[in-house]
Amino acid sequence: MEEISKEMLLWMYEMMVKIREHEERVAELFAQGKIPGFVHLYVGEEAVAVGVMANLRKEDYITSTHRGHGHYVAKGGDIKASMAELFGKKTGSGKGKGGSMHIADLDVGELGANGIVGGGIPHAVGAGLGIKLNGLDNVAVAFFGDGASNQQNFHEGINLASILKLPVVFVCENNQYQISLSYDKQQTIKSVAERGKAYGIPGVSVDGQDVLAVYEVAKEAIERARRGEGPTLIEAKTYRFRGHFEGDPQVYRSKEEVEWWKKNKDPIKLFEEKLLEKGIVTKEELDSIWEKVKKEIEEAIKFAEESPWPSKEEVLEDVFSTPTKGVLVWQW
Amino acid sequence: MAVVREITFAQALNEALDYEMSKDPKVVVMGEDVGVYGGIYGVTAGLYDKYGPERVIDTPIAESGFVGTGVGAAATGLLRPVVELMFIDFLGVTFDQIYNQAAKMRYMFGGKAKISMVLRTVCGAGFSAAAQHSQSLHAIFAHVPGLKVVMPSTPYDAKGLLISSIEDDDPVIFIEHKALYAVKGEVPEEPYSIPLGEADVKREGKDVTIVATAAMVHKSLEVAENLEKDGISVEVVDPRTIVPLDVDTIINSIKKTGKLVVVDEGYPRCGFATDVAALAVNKAFDSLKAPVKIVTPPATPVPFSPVLESEWIPSTEKIEKAVREIL
Ligand SMILES: Cc1ncc(C[n+]2csc(CCOP(=O)(O)OP(=O)(O)O)c2C)c(N)n1
Ligand SMILES: [Mg+2]
Repeated sequence: MEEISKEMLLWMYEMMVKIREHEERVAELFAQGKIPGFVHLYVGEEAVAVGVMANLRKEDYITSTHRGHGHYVAKGGDIKASMAELFGKKTGSGKGKGGSMHIADLDVGELGANGIVGGGIPHAVGAGLGIKLNGLDNVAVAFFGDGASNQQNFHEGINLASILKLPVVFVCENNQYQISLSYDKQQTIKSVAERGKAYGIPGVSVDGQDVLAVYEVAKEAIERARRGEGPTLIEAKTYRFRGHFEGDPQVYRSKEEVEWWKKNKDPIKLFEEKLLEKGIVTKEELDSIWEKVKKEIEEAIKFAEESPWPSKEEVLEDVFSTPTKGVLVWQW
Repeated sequence: MAVVREITFAQALNEALDYEMSKDPKVVVMGEDVGVYGGIYGVTAGLYDKYGPERVIDTPIAESGFVGTGVGAAATGLLRPVVELMFIDFLGVTFDQIYNQAAKMRYMFGGKAKISMVLRTVCGAGFSAAAQHSQSLHAIFAHVPGLKVVMPSTPYDAKGLLISSIEDDDPVIFIEHKALYAVKGEVPEEPYSIPLGEADVKREGKDVTIVATAAMVHKSLEVAENLEKDGISVEVVDPRTIVPLDVDTIINSIKKTGKLVVVDEGYPRCGFATDVAALAVNKAFDSLKAPVKIVTPPATPVPFSPVLESEWIPSTEKIEKAVREIL
């Protein structure tokens, strides 16, 4: 912690708070019926996205998941555009055609959330291939869940990155559930990181509630990738504080279990305690970060609420890059 | 001066790949056995020696992984991958990357993604390769919005269409019929492109229109030749691309002849043939002087035994019969 600049520590704090605040507000807006569709929130897992992203540059790439808001925020995605997208507005990142599960910001290397579990993993491998063949020193990071680690794309993607020695870091967010199925019923190994061995790459498990621990592990993996030494698999053990999606009755876990995690393993609280204990920041500084973030989120919500709906004709736009006569509507 | 020689369909494709790779360092080829081996049908022959293992990538048998790698590489704009799927029948193990990822990213991201990727693959029966190595599944790709679907029938079209496909900014499924690889035809040495969405009238006629794809174009031309002896004039239209479809050329031909036979190696239900039949009924109903005929395989898997397989594939006899029935 000592060797990390105060600026960076405050950035991490701010990002975690920003994700938390974003998600809590989205939950409210969803409950009010303002956000349609499915939303999967990232509350409780903030330290994973932030600890990893603290090591990335704008030119680095990430691929995300259905639980993707946290990745988007931490990668520097434009939250006005994503908030408007959540509402289905014209000004959204996908012009209202994607929604929560398909938010992307290609300008900051965010290659997209994904509605298909594991679907984005090979895209990070492709980004890694592009980086390598263009002689760049960027990296690509694939985020995915514990459930996704049983998918073909996980195995095929990691193996490809390994044989081609690509600058890709695979980050498994093991929040211990794939919807209702707990991790110990999905696989018989103790940690997803053990699977690195099967593909001849390092596999590391880390406490995903400790942003500095994630930062350190990710730093090593990302530096290794930048040096051209190939991929790493990281498992961050974490926990989602809310349901799988908003509206999940959560019959598969006890209230006590959830409360225990919230009380003892809240990544923001833990980090805050550390920062204060070491005398790196004052309570006032932290409070002012919360204030600033709240303001930003409210502005994004205001932007989304005031934005126009897409016009009906837009349903036909953005399928192909070139206008293709007669492709989209068959008048029979 | 333009140099035109006779080369095979496979060589024509190889020339297109070679040209694109020499012109644009972003173009890479990946797939199973595309490197040292040169592709199991020889289409990528010589590319490995010329461009090296970095740009001609032999992959493990991980179709979802490497097709997805192509999608991701294209999405970054850092590469223009040409990915080879050894047989179209294998789409089942990678379909998600094609129809949910490649096809939809641009739309879902509000037009900001360009998935400049070509998926080359092999279709077609006639080699006793049985039910999992012989299908013609273009309709499945054409069904999903966001994919362009190309199906050449001649060496000339193969070269020009592959060049256009690689230069296109959208995902293109480029389907090569195995029976065509050895077919020879005149092909200019120089690079040229054929726009996606332009049908080609392979033979002009006035009594009946046949719309045919890939290998069926050649069978239809053979039938047209035969029928000419009986004074029957058949027009053969090759759409060349299933998506985009050149509706105008097809409809104009039907308006001229008043009769339509669609010949396609895809399965009969919800397929390309029924699609064109519906198009004709909706856009040229008043010109039609007879029922629309479709000539396709039956709705069965592709059989193995040569005797059964030749019964399964639309034959010149069946095409001729269909034409005569509506004369
Ligand atoms: C291929 C596929 N199968 C199933 C689903 C339905 N589904 C959505 S999220 C999810 C659980 C994913 O679990 P995990 O990968 O651990 O991610 P988490 O939700 O815990 O973040 C499932 C089964 C899907 N979207 N895609
Ligand atoms: Mg999970």
